[in-house]
Amino acid sequence: MAERFLVEAVNDALHVEMERDADVLLLGEDVGRAGGVFRATAGLRDRFGADRCVDTPLAEAGILGSAVGLCMAGFRPVCEMQYDAFSYPCLDQLITHVGRYRWRTGGTMTFPLTIRMPYGGGVRAPELHDDSPETYYVHTPGVKVAIPSTPADAKGLLAAAIRDPDPVVVLEPKLVYRTERGEVPDGEHVVPLGKARLAREGGDLTIVAYGAMVPVAERAADALASKADIEVLDIRSLKPLDEEALLASASKTGRVVLVQEAARTCGYAAELAAILAEKAILDLRGPVLRVTGYDVPYPYWSIEDAYMPSAARVVDAARRLLAF
Amino acid sequence: MASTIPAERGLRRVIGDDASIPDGEVDGLDDEGLLELYRSLVLLRTYDERSVIYHRQGRIGTYAIYWGHEAMQAGSFHALADDDWIFPSYRESAIGLLRGMPPATILSWWRGHPAGWWNPADYNVASICVPIATHVPHAAGLAWGKRLRGEDACAIAYFGDGATSEGAFHEGANFAAVMRAPAILFCSNNGWAISTPVSAQTRAQTLADKAIGYGIPSARVDGGDVLAVYEATRAAVARARAGEGPTFIEAVTYRAAPHATADDPSAYIDPERVEEARANECLGRYERYLRRHGLLDAELEQQLKAEAADVMRAGIAAAEAEPKPDLGLLFEHALVDPPASFQTDLAELRRILG
Repeated sequence: MAERFLVEAVNDALHVEMERDADVLLLGEDVGRAGGVFRATAGLRDRFGADRCVDTPLAEAGILGSAVGLCMAGFRPVCEMQYDAFSYPCLDQLITHVGRYRWRTGGTMTFPLTIRMPYGGGVRAPELHDDSPETYYVHTPGVKVAIPSTPADAKGLLAAAIRDPDPVVVLEPKLVYRTERGEVPDGEHVVPLGKARLAREGGDLTIVAYGAMVPVAERAADALASKADIEVLDIRSLKPLDEEALLASASKTGRVVLVQEAARTCGYAAELAAILAEKAILDLRGPVLRVTGYDVPYPYWSIEDAYMPSAARVVDAARRLLAF
Repeated sequence: MASTIPAERGLRRVIGDDASIPDGEVDGLDDEGLLELYRSLVLLRTYDERSVIYHRQGRIGTYAIYWGHEAMQAGSFHALADDDWIFPSYRESAIGLLRGMPPATILSWWRGHPAGWWNPADYNVASICVPIATHVPHAAGLAWGKRLRGEDACAIAYFGDGATSEGAFHEGANFAAVMRAPAILFCSNNGWAISTPVSAQTRAQTLADKAIGYGIPSARVDGGDVLAVYEATRAAVARARAGEGPTFIEAVTYRAAPHATADDPSAYIDPERVEEARANECLGRYERYLRRHGLLDAELEQQLKAEAADVMRAGIAAAEAEPKPDLGLLFEHALVDPPASFQTDLAELRRILG
């Protein structure tokens, strides 16, 4: 075990998985010589060479499209998209090919590629460095999606993604890249996809969150500690979803607040709310509430804190629900 | 450093016109090789003409016609080795026939039947790419991967003139060049992207000019001349195998048939040009060439065409004999490890449909 920041755990996972499997290649903009704009890929080019840690041209569809061809040649490419909102050009390849190609071959050919990217706001950056695009990925059939909130999960989920026979998108909460610090197992460490993490046990109300919203949920739980016993469920695998853990927590507390920083309409919280409506209606003691970003373009950073779901907004929702 | 070779302006051709232009010849292509090309042309033509009929009879769905494109497909195909990968667009849907893929497989694809799904590794033929140009980066990636593995194989991607306006073409071409991928970018320029003429597609003087910006050398060939296409592709394959990276080939023809069975080109196409193109179509040109050189007579021609027709009759019969797929297939193949919800959804669907 070593104490690592979340971004260091990502780097550790890449070192371990590239060491373990010579077919794993890393592709992306500035991932080689520079070691990534967040240093997530530092040291990999020196360790594994320029053919396995590849500085690509600035072309996200080209990165993902050539990764499809690399899969056909037997490789397991890991594609870095430099920022959340810069990943949109790759959606063409993702939707038209990545999520469909295995199906298109009647299940005879696998596409074990990984897309990883820093995502999310609160980092005082120019426009389009702040998006939470998980819904676009989750909505694409044939693709899995994970979002860690802790350093150990950042390592373990990325390892699971790289080893998975299907395409997996891993979104890394850049806001907490160098603030979330924790014990990370040395060597091989895999956190299976499809399992949620109970971040905090409680009996009165469940806050469901993922990524950078998990620490926000925990701060809200702290603030409510004198009034209520709050459970925090870290979804961490958005697809496949650990529905059992979601329903178990809803059944236990009867009150659910969902938190996401993406815009509200048709966001991931809407899917969770729909599942709760379909399968937990008799367990619920009040409405399922959402605390989300708003249906506006991600704002100027001087006022971004008002856009991002805060502990105060989560506390407000929890109080309303407890008083329902 | 990569050297940039400007596009050739003229169209290379080998087959003469039996009048003022004499026939050339292709080094290393013997009589048997010439007849192999002919067999492939006949098979592709027969497949296409029968498919249009099958569509009219309601036996296959909408079909992308490639009549007049056979020389581009067969000529380039014969320059490849079996280990080389082919990335077809829908216009090259039947090119797998030349690798031994059963006609029933491709007919099933056009029937929307899962028997039309194949494992690309069985034939080194990727799935048919329906969106425009998005398979160009796949070919670049596959070829790059083959180079990384130290294998000899290259990849060829087929696309049309309209595809050269798509971002995916440009990103794929650039990746192929930067990664020194052993790839051939084969542009079948038939003058039309459904109803949009090349003149409305680009201000470039030739489509091959677009390769210059990527440091990719190019060749322009007469797309109706199977020997010119073969020769140009062979040179591109040799460059690829020598580690010199990708080549762009612009094969030029005129689309003498509708874009697809659902298209009526009378609203936009020039009928005189179509007549001219049909009179000068690639199979007839090659037959006249073979006859001039004493390699083809009426008997052999009829025999090969009858064989191809038999292959198609057997193919459509086999495709139509495929049982209707079970609806359980809806939930198969998208993921190695499907979620539990697929089982629930399937059980509900079976209950409702009875």
